[in-house]
Amino acid sequence: MDMQLIQPFINSLDAVISETMRCSARIADVTMQEGNYQRAGVAALVILSGDIQGRIILDMDTAAATQAASDLAGISGEPSEETAREIICELTNMVIGNSVTQLNDRGFKFKVHPPELFLTDVGPRGTLDSETVLLRFELPKGAVYLNIAVHDNSHEMIGAPA
Amino acid sequence: MEFKPLTGGDQPKIRFLVVDDSVFARKNICKMVEAFGGEIAGEAGDGVAAIAKYNDTHPDIVLMDITMPKMEGIEAVEHIVHEHPKACIVMVSSVGYQDNILSALQKGARHFVQKPVKPEAFYEIIRYVLSENAEPAPTTSEGA
Repeated sequence: MDMQLIQPFINSLDAVISETMRCSARIADVTMQEGNYQRAGVAALVILSGDIQGRIILDMDTAAATQAASDLAGISGEPSEETAREIICELTNMVIGNSVTQLNDRGFKFKVHPPELFLTDVGPRGTLDSETVLLRFELPKGAVYLNIAVHDNSHEMIGAPA
Repeated sequence: MEFKPLTGGDQPKIRFLVVDDSVFARKNICKMVEAFGGEIAGEAGDGVAAIAKYNDTHPDIVLMDITMPKMEGIEAVEHIVHEHPKACIVMVSSVGYQDNILSALQKGARHFVQKPVKPEAFYEIIRYVLSENAEPAPTTSEGA
């Protein structure tokens, strides 16, 4: 997978976590994933279409979601399922939005669809033409997973018939 | 951090319409607005609802997300400004690339704030657009 497509998502996750939760997100593991995605906690999925095609899943385990609820909404203790879902959607929105900004400024033009909650335990595979990379970030409390299955569609679009 | 209220004395509070598809984001923005001494005139979760809510509430400022279902924020700005040319709309979005910002400004938005929103910067931007709004329209020499 093209690192220039992945790096903005890593940078953005770190920046958003740092800004909203006042802590750093350390990359603990990077793996290429085959098969379906297994949800770890509360997760949201965003579809990208255009020069960059694919989907991103942001997934937080319970400890990280609890910390996020405390930092972002002042909620103490484990958040309700509804609150955890709202928080993951908003964090996903910020991470993807910031990444898209970086990619767009590099010339990639594409559309971001609003985040959708990813409710099933087992999620989608990467598409046939997208390898999937799974990044695990460690926070002081808990972990955040970024599952990225995207590919550069710009060359195909240039050659595509009108 | 404490903020000096946007309006003082006997002046009415500045009324805000907060538009974002995320309930959580709306709550956060509403909290900031209240900390600035503003008042929430209404909330909407998409562009279509925003247009209806604007017509119902006639807020002083609209804080508008971009990526939303049904109708995106930039399209909603175009509709609102077409109907209400003096509408004061500030985009608040995590998607902050140049094309998007330019497009929003061309459609009539006054400013752009990127998420995650920093309250101090947000406060200054709101004060700035309010001060711009308060300034009398420039007169031309032909009209003088």
